[in-house]
Amino acid sequence: MTTTDTKTPAAEQDSDASLRWRGLMADSSGEDLVDHGSATRRNARELLGSLLAPYTKLIAALAVIVVIENAARLSVPILVQFGIDHGIPPITHHHDAHDLLVIVAVLVGVVAVQAASRVTFLRQSGRIGELALLDLRRRVFRHFQKLDVTFHDKFTSGRVVSRSTNDVEAIQDMLENGFDSLLTAVLTLIGTAVLLVVLNVELGLICLISFPVLVALAWWFRNASRRTYREVRESAALVIVQFVETMTGIKAVQAYRREPRNQEIFEEVADRYRAINEKTFRLVAIFMPSVDLVGNIMTTVVLVYGGWRVLEGHMTVGVLTAFLLYLRMFFEPMQDITQFFNTFQSASSALEKLAAVLATQPGIADPEQPVQLGTVQGAVEFDNVQFSYVEGRPVLPGLDLHIPAGQTVALVGTTGAGKTTIAKLMARFYDPVSGAVRLDGTDLRDVDQPQLRRHVVMVTQENFMFEGTVADNIRFGKPEATDAEIRAAAEAVGADQFIGELPNGYDTDVAKRGGRLSAGQRQLVAFARAFLADPAVLILDEATSSLDIPSERLVQRALETVLADRTALIIAHRLSTVEVADRVLVLEHGRVLEDGSPADLIGSADGRYAALHRAWVESLA
Amino acid sequence: MTRQPIPVSRPTDAPRPAVPAGLVSAPALRPPRDRPRRMTNLLRLLPYLKPYRVRWTAMLVAAFASLGATIAIPLMTKAVIDGPVRHHDEHGLWLLGTAALGVGMSEAILWFIRRWLVSRATMGVERDIREDLYARLQVLPMSFHNQWQSGQLLSRIMNDLSTVRRFLSFGIVFLALNIVQIVVVSGILLRLYWPLGVVVLISIVPIAATVLHNQRQYTKFSRMAQDQAGVVATGVEESALGLRVIKSFGREDYVYDRFDTQVTELFDIQLRKVRLQARFWTLLEVIPNLTLIVVLGLGAAATGDGRITLGTLVAFITMMLSLVWPIASLGFLLSLTQECMTAADRVTEIFDAPQPIADGPVNAVSPAGRLRLRDVGFRFPSDDERDSGWALRHVDLELAPGETVALVGATGSGKSVLTSLIPRLYDVSEGSIEIDGTDIRELTLPALRSTVATAFEDPTLFSLSVRENLTLGRPDATEAQITEAIDVAQAQFVHELPFGLDTRIGEQGMSLSGGQRQRLSLARAVLATPKVLVLDDTLSALDVHTEALVEHALRNVLQDVTGIVVAHRASTVLLADRVALIEKGTITHVGTHAQLLATVPSYRYLLAADDELDDGAEPDPEWSDDDRRTGLREQHDVDECTDDTCRECATLRSRPTPYGATEGAGR
Ligand SMILES: Nc1ncnc2c1ncn2[C@@H]1O[C@H](COP(=O)(O)OP(=O)(O)OP(=O)(O)O)[C@@H](O)[C@H]1O
Ligand SMILES: Nc1ncnc2c1ncn2[C@@H]1O[C@H](COP(=O)(O)OP(=O)(O)OP(=O)(O)O)[C@@H](O)[C@H]1O
Ligand SMILES: [Mg+2]
Ligand SMILES: [Mg+2]
Repeated sequence: MTTTDTKTPAAEQDSDASLRWRGLMADSSGEDLVDHGSATRRNARELLGSLLAPYTKLIAALAVIVVIENAARLSVPILVQFGIDHGIPPITHHHDAHDLLVIVAVLVGVVAVQAASRVTFLRQSGRIGELALLDLRRRVFRHFQKLDVTFHDKFTSGRVVSRSTNDVEAIQDMLENGFDSLLTAVLTLIGTAVLLVVLNVELGLICLISFPVLVALAWWFRNASRRTYREVRESAALVIVQFVETMTGIKAVQAYRREPRNQEIFEEVADRYRAINEKTFRLVAIFMPSVDLVGNIMTTVVLVYGGWRVLEGHMTVGVLTAFLLYLRMFFEPMQDITQFFNTFQSASSALEKLAAVLATQPGIADPEQPVQLGTVQGAVEFDNVQFSYVEGRPVLPGLDLHIPAGQTVALVGTTGAGKTTIAKLMARFYDPVSGAVRLDGTDLRDVDQPQLRRHVVMVTQENFMFEGTVADNIRFGKPEATDAEIRAAAEAVGADQFIGELPNGYDTDVAKRGGRLSAGQRQLVAFARAFLADPAVLILDEATSSLDIPSERLVQRALETVLADRTALIIAHRLSTVEVADRVLVLEHGRVLEDGSPADLIGSADGRYAALHRAWVESLA
Repeated sequence: MTRQPIPVSRPTDAPRPAVPAGLVSAPALRPPRDRPRRMTNLLRLLPYLKPYRVRWTAMLVAAFASLGATIAIPLMTKAVIDGPVRHHDEHGLWLLGTAALGVGMSEAILWFIRRWLVSRATMGVERDIREDLYARLQVLPMSFHNQWQSGQLLSRIMNDLSTVRRFLSFGIVFLALNIVQIVVVSGILLRLYWPLGVVVLISIVPIAATVLHNQRQYTKFSRMAQDQAGVVATGVEESALGLRVIKSFGREDYVYDRFDTQVTELFDIQLRKVRLQARFWTLLEVIPNLTLIVVLGLGAAATGDGRITLGTLVAFITMMLSLVWPIASLGFLLSLTQECMTAADRVTEIFDAPQPIADGPVNAVSPAGRLRLRDVGFRFPSDDERDSGWALRHVDLELAPGETVALVGATGSGKSVLTSLIPRLYDVSEGSIEIDGTDIRELTLPALRSTVATAFEDPTLFSLSVRENLTLGRPDATEAQITEAIDVAQAQFVHELPFGLDTRIGEQGMSLSGGQRQRLSLARAVLATPKVLVLDDTLSALDVHTEALVEHALRNVLQDVTGIVVAHRASTVLLADRVALIEKGTITHVGTHAQLLATVPSYRYLLAADDELDDGAEPDPEWSDDDRRTGLREQHDVDECTDDTCRECATLRSRPTPYGATEGAGR
């Protein structure tokens, strides 16, 4: 991670008493990734560079087009002036419109060139902007998917959404309109600056005195706005996080009358967001008029000094007039430049945020040279595995476990004993702190993700449903599956009956987060999904906890066939499910207390599993 | 017309009301017009400007004054050159020079004032709309939330509102300034030499045509783009929330492909927008330039004929040149306006969403907790015609205060739907639910929802501190009460978290184990000290021992409250005094556990677990091993079955049963 913040996170959070409701996190480093050092800025610049890199040639061509366009645009008033000065006198004197017609023809040509170059520029620069944006969106999405579960636990989905939408869009502004105004403005600026000096060296040089003032202003603005723009991004993220969380948990919000408190919290973050936005706005409110003020003062200085020079007879009125005209042209684009500068500052803080995300290395990384697994038997080994989520609070103090290929192992134990943790280590959601998890003798850290995921699949305790139909959700287990395969999988786990009763059968939309289905139905779909994936090692983390007993029985029957030839880890509190296992492990505080076949364990009179089993049988009135 | 503005709920600097205004009153929004036009929805947002009207007026005044200064500066320059400089008047030079400096400075200052004022006014408007929108979204019913993609809501509350802000902060000002400038300059041009002025006026025709033509297309595209942005946001959110599933199946590519289709579509729309803009903006730059050429030609002819002086022509053309930029920038400003109107459409859509679940008049203070479901029927609102099935039908159930009923039924039989009707997360489609004889629709929502607390089947936790999660339904709970609730739910593990109750639990409680999440959610329901406690299969993720402990503690809690306990396991059923069997959305039998077990085969089929795996999937009516169960039944028999508590459905009525209480009305 890129964070090098030395303040202890807890202290930092405490100082922000108004956000106390959010609670404390042992390690909040995931929160705001950016360390604001020069490295971050460099990363941001590199990111922008790499986004635009594929278009360097096109950008160069566009620069030329912009020069042409600006030349055309600037020459229109000059040509018109020329027409008045040289085209009209012949008409008044000897009714000769030739010169004027020539000038008009040239003007028409110039306007045509301007139009053509303008349209080309706008289209192409817009296209580049959109392409870069598309690229950025893809990269950020990919990267978030690559980052590990630990990261996401802390970062929260609201922040992911904030980065991928709000921050990307902050860059959109710059990419869409920024370069247009920047290029145009800079060219006009340089062009007129040269003209000014050429027109009159003395006055020209006086004008250029304003340059250091402008640079100083820009410098001030850059420094002042950088911090506030960063805060804008972060407070936007807070708004989004609060919003996303509320909407995700709207059921609990309403049922528990959380609305007023939420509103309070939201108004707090929304007001923070307003306040910080207002602050940036006010910086701009100082910056832009100051630039304008410099321009106006310069104009007056030139006017008075020039007028005085004319009075003294050192200069003609014509030169002074022309000079003043161009001076206006010089200061007009200044506004565009400052505007761009502002957009750029805003975008670059977003770029910093995104660059920080992209620079975060996943804790679970693919090895440089992944081992090719070939056909996987499915033997799993935990070799003195120690694991803790939070430093100093070991969940697994040292686990040794060997599961031979093809064995079905059931994991039972009190809640919070570490069952899911073992499953997650097996699926490599986390890496052990020390020791190793091996698949067929290969350390999981030496296997790349695609291979691992093909062979080890886990049905999690939370059966997440994606948007789409029931069939889509089952197909998730195997994207290339045919409809027949999907039906077969659903049938095997006993989901076909309820699916058949849905209005559109397999094509029924499951609605947001599977809201269209009941909890048990979601579990069946999730199970069908895993069934379809057909891995060598299957991990079922309470895959039947919400099912009624008959459905569970069906699942169990399916399990018997499914698990016949593969390694399986079944976590269940319902011991009926455990009975299909070849072997049962009783886990307590991350330690295996009992290990044996269900029958053996039930047999041992004072064993934990036996006690558990007795309680279970009793519970089944 | 229906355009009376509703008074804005919150004045600018007044102290915030304790209860957020948006929750109790309507948002500051005008009602929709009978015949909506493109602008309607934007105009409906106008009342939001009201709290800032002083600032707005001051800002507009400053804007126009600074426009005056902007126009005055070149005139001053001209005056200096034509006056003192030409006439060698050194004193005049200094005088006019100072005046020019004054004008220049006041322009900058006015500009500063405008921006300073606009910052508060527009940010305030944005915040106010945002807060009202959030408030509205919080009270919109579940049926609304089920239908709306979360990203669509998010893109409204962020993107659309910031578009509105941008429009308000400079779009509208410059649009007004530019139009005024165009009108004023055109007027001057007409006065200078009317034939040429007419030419300039005629050039408005192609400009207007371009604008109108563009507007139609641009509206379409901006709506598409903004909607697609919502789709993309939804995709992102889903990919983050479903990350664990994606990872465990290694489906990053699959999800990425889906996302890619969405962003590529967004890209395509944006590209079409860019092309349209390129054409539109260019046309708006070219038309004034072409007009200029025409004016030059005609003007030259007129000068040649001596109808105007060269000086007039020069003045005319100089003036015209100053029109090029205001007209050209109309392109950008009008695009922004379109986007803002689209944003307003999208935002008002939410304000206009029907809000069927609203407060009733009765604010019951201390209900006894008698719960009665009368012939309750429920169907999900759905656009899909085929999807018109009833999720619940003809549900009758009565719970005496303090009584607990277990709800048993197969997966998908409608248990959770039934439980969500009681706190009015959904409203019944027919029949009624009463608490102490009052229809729950007559109660205020806070009254109802403080009477009923539900522990949902999914824990629905928030990434807040444990304390905040626990006190969701009762923010003023004391430490002792919290500890008690924790003890009931056997959630003592929270004390061992790194910061105890102040520890933030990860999103959706992901930094806890499944059973820990469930116990927190249970503790939350218990802590709310409701009169009616609904537990929707809340013990499913607990091991047998913990479950027994929780059940033991719950028994005490359930003594004083009316309870509905959804259960898949017999052990949980035993928490209840009676059991209601729900089959395909109808309660078919009510009785004690023992009664049902003995008399209802489908009940036995649902709860008996000790049969062999090769038992048929169909209910076995000839249940054989009643002996073992009889013993258990005797242990747990709570009360005798009365006429209306033990029912059998019509199909089973003919079957002889050991209980003589089967003549209750069956359906
Ligand atoms: N992401 C996480 N961050 C920090 N702590 C965690 C995280 N996930 C789990 N824990 C903690 O690790 C311990 C073991 O959790 P685990 O999920 O493995 O339990 P479990 O045996 O699966 O329990 P259950 O039966 O309730 O699902 C618990 O105390 C839990 O609070
Ligand atoms: N939003 C919805 N729109 C339409 N139908 C729905 C919706 N939500 C649920 N259903 C349907 O209503 C029926 C009842 O669902 P419910 O969630 O009440 O089941 P349940 O009895 O709680 O099952 P489980 O034991 O699996 O939790 C199911 O068949 C489900 O498909
Ligand atoms: Mg678990
Ligand atoms: Mg349910």
